[in-house]
Amino acid sequence: MIGTGILKGMAVTARNFVGSYFEKERLITVQYPEERIPLPENYRNFPILIYDNDPEAGLRCVACKICEKECPPQCIYITKSDDKKPDYMGKPQFYPKVFDIDISVCMSCQICVEVCPFEAIKMDKDFELSKRERFDALLLRKEELSKSNEYYHRIHPVEAAAVDTNLAEAAAAAQAKKKAAAAAAAAKPTPVTPNPTTTSAPGSTSVPGATPPESSSSPTKS
Amino acid sequence: MTATIQTLEPAERPPTTMSSRLDGELLEVSMGPQHPSTHGVFRMNVALEGEIVRKLKPVFGYLHRNHEKIGENATYLSSMPYTDRLDYFCSMTNNWAYALSVEKLAGIEVPERAEYLRVILAELTRLQNHASLLGFLLSDMGAWGTPLMYAFRERENILDLFESLSGSRMMCDYMRFGGCRVDADDAWLGRAKKIVDLFPKFLDEFEELILQNEIVIARTQNVGKLSPELAINAGITGPMLRACGVNYDVRKVDGYGIYPRFKFRIPLGDHGDTYDRLMMRALEMHESVEILKQALAQIQPGPVVNPKVKLRAFRPPVGEAYGRIEGPKGELGFYLISDGGPNPYRYRVRPPSFINLTVLEDLCLGHTVADVMVILGSVDIVMGEVDR
Repeated sequence: MIGTGILKGMAVTARNFVGSYFEKERLITVQYPEERIPLPENYRNFPILIYDNDPEAGLRCVACKICEKECPPQCIYITKSDDKKPDYMGKPQFYPKVFDIDISVCMSCQICVEVCPFEAIKMDKDFELSKRERFDALLLRKEELSKSNEYYHRIHPVEAAAVDTNLAEAAAAAQAKKKAAAAAAAAKPTPVTPNPTTTSAPGSTSVPGATPPESSSSPTKS
Repeated sequence: MTATIQTLEPAERPPTTMSSRLDGELLEVSMGPQHPSTHGVFRMNVALEGEIVRKLKPVFGYLHRNHEKIGENATYLSSMPYTDRLDYFCSMTNNWAYALSVEKLAGIEVPERAEYLRVILAELTRLQNHASLLGFLLSDMGAWGTPLMYAFRERENILDLFESLSGSRMMCDYMRFGGCRVDADDAWLGRAKKIVDLFPKFLDEFEELILQNEIVIARTQNVGKLSPELAINAGITGPMLRACGVNYDVRKVDGYGIYPRFKFRIPLGDHGDTYDRLMMRALEMHESVEILKQALAQIQPGPVVNPKVKLRAFRPPVGEAYGRIEGPKGELGFYLISDGGPNPYRYRVRPPSFINLTVLEDLCLGHTVADVMVILGSVDIVMGEVDR
């Protein structure tokens, strides 16, 4: 009979309509500004720079420019410093004089996070970013990008714990290596001449493929 | 819409049975690019005689953004997030097609768990793409809101899964050469299982709501018929080709990934009309649910990425490769030529919705303007992929 299909369809609509008054799981929307769905652990939005303890001296970034090179829309702008400052482990390192991210260009792909050998750049979860200015407000400077490790722990708890373990292991390995080197130097009476490959290492930190223990320990020898 | 009167020479006049004041004169109407049912910025120049379409010229390029040239100037890894933006409904399958072609180019092995995750995510993508397509198609037909909202309710469950795994609902950027970026934990797999188990309920409800509806049948049956010969000659792939009765599915033909391990059937249509294309999506969703159930039952713990693949300074050897998969819209392929450098020498995309769109005029001739929208909806295009 013509019309039964339409009536059946209407019964489905009526079931959903009436059901939404009785069954909680049929109500799938939330009233956004008052009510919020918790963001998943892996949620990503825009990059931030992580520092330990001090926002200026504790910045993990050593201006190796790998993220600038690998960034698909080329939205990261880095100027490397001329001098070196002690980093969070007390070793002299280059630091970014300028570190800007144009988040109006950034496409939140997380590739900068994946390629960073120093665990310095991570993804934020803040998505309410409306600004009054058109141009400068969305070009984030180093000061606005810098976030503490505690903040990182708050937004990505599982990931941050794993990162901290890795960094502690790398630091312990570097410490052990240094101790072994010191012991070897103490055993030999004549001082060892510096190896030319290790002295040029700080300049070569921008070479992709550099691993954290090598590149972070090499400046101490020079 | 802009309208101009175009007069044809008497010899050019198509035969007509209609008597009207515009007899013999074609009214050229430009539909789009801001028309709500053109699925983005797609424009059609339609020459009408009364309400009957006599000529149709698709115009595209409004969303062109140089995808292939960007791919040739960016490193292999940098192109991965750009592939999300091709067909922004199915970023997981786009990622997979690109990763597959790079893996062919460089001869990279993929761990088994990563293959399972890829199948699970690709089939979930197919579910959400087909569900939203049915909603959009009915919305084009005039069933405003309700079917689309029901479809989006289910789609949102799947997008939540994508978000909790990859970090983004639509721009997933999840696959990597030689595996996947992050591993899925047991809680995620449990959630996926629950959604897959509940999905047939939605399918039954949707079929009851729509597919027996007399108005839908009247609007879609015998509308926009595509013959198998034309479909093969024009290179049509995907559900649109199978709706004509041609048994061609890259999952079966190529057996890429681990698809040969799963038992599933390929639904085929008889008439190649809009109703068959609509039903094809509904039936494919049932088969996808079957594949998902098998994959979720078989998945074993293990590594998700090949540790030998370098993330930074990735350089495949000199050569060329074409990797293709059965995307939700058809055969999606990436053709890459490497000269040994960090970026491809040539980067070419074979977008299914662009090639499926080429037969639009043949489908629409002789039908009314209202049918053009339904036919366009059943072709299943996404302008991000058509224009690239």
